[in-house]
Amino acid sequence: MNEKRRIVSAYESALVSRRSFVTGAAAGGALLGLGLSTNPSFAAAFTRQSVPTLRGSSFDIDIGYKTVNFTGRERPATAFNGSVPGPILRWREGERVTLRVTNHLAHDSSIHWHGMILDASMDGVPGISFDGIKPGETFIYQFDVRQNGTFWYHSHSDFQEQTGLYGAIVIDPAGPDPVSYDRDYVVLLSDWSDEKPERIYSKLKKQSDYYNFRNRTAGDFFRDVAEKGFSQTRKDRAMWNQMRMSDRDLADVTGYTYTFLMNGATPDDGWLGLFKRGEKIRLRFINGSAMTIYDVRIPGLKMTVVAADGQNIEPVTIDEFRIAVAETYDVIVEPSADSAYTIFAQSIDRTGYARGILSPDAEWTAAVPKVDPPPLLGHRDMGMGGMSGMDHDIGGMSGMSDMDHDMSGMSGMSGMDHSKHDMSKMSGMQEVVRKGGQMPAPAGFGSQREITHVATEFGPHVDMLAATPQDGLSDPGIGLRDNQRLYNRRVLTYADIRNLERTRDLRDPEREIELHLTGNMSRYMWSVNGIKFKDAELLRLSYGERVRIHLVNDTMMTHPIHLHGMWSELETGEPEYLPRKHTVIVQPGSRISYLLTADAMGGWAFHCHLLYHMPGMFREVRVT
Amino acid sequence: MITCTARSGFFAAILVIACLSFAHDSRAAVTDDPVLLMGILDQFEWRDTSGDNTLSWDGQGWLGKDLRKLWFKTQGERVGGRTEDAELQFLYSKAIARYWDFQIGVRHDFEPSPSRTWAAIGVQGLAPYFFETDIAFFIGKSGRTALRIESVYELLITQRLILSPEIEINFFGKNDANVGVGSGLSDAEIGLRLRYEIRREFAPYIGVNWSKTFGNTADFARLNGEDISDVQLVIGLRAWF
Repeated sequence: MNEKRRIVSAYESALVSRRSFVTGAAAGGALLGLGLSTNPSFAAAFTRQSVPTLRGSSFDIDIGYKTVNFTGRERPATAFNGSVPGPILRWREGERVTLRVTNHLAHDSSIHWHGMILDASMDGVPGISFDGIKPGETFIYQFDVRQNGTFWYHSHSDFQEQTGLYGAIVIDPAGPDPVSYDRDYVVLLSDWSDEKPERIYSKLKKQSDYYNFRNRTAGDFFRDVAEKGFSQTRKDRAMWNQMRMSDRDLADVTGYTYTFLMNGATPDDGWLGLFKRGEKIRLRFINGSAMTIYDVRIPGLKMTVVAADGQNIEPVTIDEFRIAVAETYDVIVEPSADSAYTIFAQSIDRTGYARGILSPDAEWTAAVPKVDPPPLLGHRDMGMGGMSGMDHDIGGMSGMSDMDHDMSGMSGMSGMDHSKHDMSKMSGMQEVVRKGGQMPAPAGFGSQREITHVATEFGPHVDMLAATPQDGLSDPGIGLRDNQRLYNRRVLTYADIRNLERTRDLRDPEREIELHLTGNMSRYMWSVNGIKFKDAELLRLSYGERVRIHLVNDTMMTHPIHLHGMWSELETGEPEYLPRKHTVIVQPGSRISYLLTADAMGGWAFHCHLLYHMPGMFREVRVT
Repeated sequence: MITCTARSGFFAAILVIACLSFAHDSRAAVTDDPVLLMGILDQFEWRDTSGDNTLSWDGQGWLGKDLRKLWFKTQGERVGGRTEDAELQFLYSKAIARYWDFQIGVRHDFEPSPSRTWAAIGVQGLAPYFFETDIAFFIGKSGRTALRIESVYELLITQRLILSPEIEINFFGKNDANVGVGSGLSDAEIGLRLRYEIRREFAPYIGVNWSKTFGNTADFARLNGEDISDVQLVIGLRAWF
């Protein structure tokens, strides 16, 4: 189990053999820790920080071009202050920050402060919050910092996130921090391609599986026949063949073109975070990728998750977690001083990984695990699954939302973690639904409505409708579901997250908005309820109202859905401690509910954070 | 000369249609649906025949957006340095189902001589079990009609080595002795090509191609002293952008 290994020697030669001195981040040298904290003499001993940290309340940020080299070839990137990733912005809760952002690009640009609660005019979304920053112009962002934790910032214009415009925000609390630690590091994951993002996008439109080199082959067919026999294989394949879909479509853009980065360091180089004996380290994971969902673990170390999306949570100790694009997780690790460790972040489709090293000694490195075998999508991911043992009988599932079912019938639903749910409340809820007809179910337990596919979902632009989507709350996600059994790795799920602070708004939702994430993979079109952003009406909320958003994923992709300006309070079954997220994973063919209080006036973006889904799978929420 | 004028008129018309179709596109802040151009040379191959060397091509392309495109298709054959068959289609293509596009437009056969022009209407898309399929019906002058069915399957030996069987069948409504086609089932081609995708966009291949003419078309061929059936080894290139 405990595969601590010390490889003292290889590291130095690895350093030398590194292709050029890569990266905006590591401009010119050893890839050393971005020691955010505490001990200056220790940090000084290891010289050059790779990603600069800017502290204070007043900042000048230049958006410009920068030549980078992540692959052995020089390529143009876009950068904040000449650094990819951009500098870490370190703020303090309670202060007012001013950021003068100057655009030196030939195109419009912008900065969105991801996860920040602020005035709509400061949110940085061109066309919604403001007009964007024109070439040569300076825009002054100014807002009060009323929260603390780990967040990030990125361009919200065109595909500029893909070319380097992202960076970390760390906000120190005004009061005492409930999390104690000796040292903290930002671990910013991202993906880089030498190809221009517009080119990636057009390739996906022309051949949606362009980047997928894990398609089924004749060999797979014969292997299946050998294992399962011909008739079973034929039966298993029939649905996929008739639907003309691939069970190996895990990521649109893969390691074929991507170099996966950790704090701007390539997997070959590896980012290095140093620590001293006995230190408790807080790792602030941020996924600033364009398209890559990562699964993170540190072989040999347990991770205690203390914050999700910048919000303190009740600590939960796990071995592995999935971090979708735009999510953040803070974890505490307590490494032993006689070993180095690999921070291993494999992409969801297992075509590569980002890598870092936690070590007490810059000369040491740690073994790099193999990526896990790529998973296959199943019925569940097509929204046709469900209660175990009922996969064969889709028709039988329609009863799922029939509230007259007794609880034993309900209990199978979506494999919810029963121990977490107060069953008496659940049965109370049944009453409400029966009497009140269309009244939304009470706060905390998610939607109990039968889903409906609206007329706009039907047509050549939508290739799948989830017939019986499961609740995605306790689903660790595709490729992680069996990890406890296979590898004895406990994987974080949303059902494990309990907010540290009590839910501020305990009201039941007044209404429920059901939104379906839709698309046609082979045409590479994405939309919400079958309507793309350009054709969509505003999603209107009344100021102050408490609303349930019920998301249904009618695709086989994992979509991280981000709402600007207001918290998405995940309905985990504990109404008094709902986790507050800014980005919520909606599992393939699944559904999930969250509550929001419309406490921020103005227009706010609501979208899938996968960069090439975003142009279509996008809505403007307007609070009036 | 006449052909030349006809051709330029043809292209001008297409350009006008293109401009009208896409001029209205105002650039939103985020463009989810840009106008794209794609060209696919499915086959560009040298065929080993008993007689003169044969160069054969089959390609298509489009200009447009997700659901509406201008589509062109071309196929033809040069034998011993002479173009024996050459056809070009210009179509308006509209998505009508998840995997299917409806297409309508014109087809012009430059060769064999005399040239023939047809109205074309058809569907193209992905049939269940991943058969890329194109079915088109053509209506020409003097009551001429034709039907063409094409289907291709891609069997992955590895991620880059792809075996692709394909079939094309042509039917005609009536005899057209001038160009050597007869009514009913006229000709069929079955090919099996093995390509290696050096990149997705660039794949050399080898294969065999079996072609046969039937019925009246076969009779015309016999009269002209041509074979009615032929098996050829082919070597070629598949490329797209």
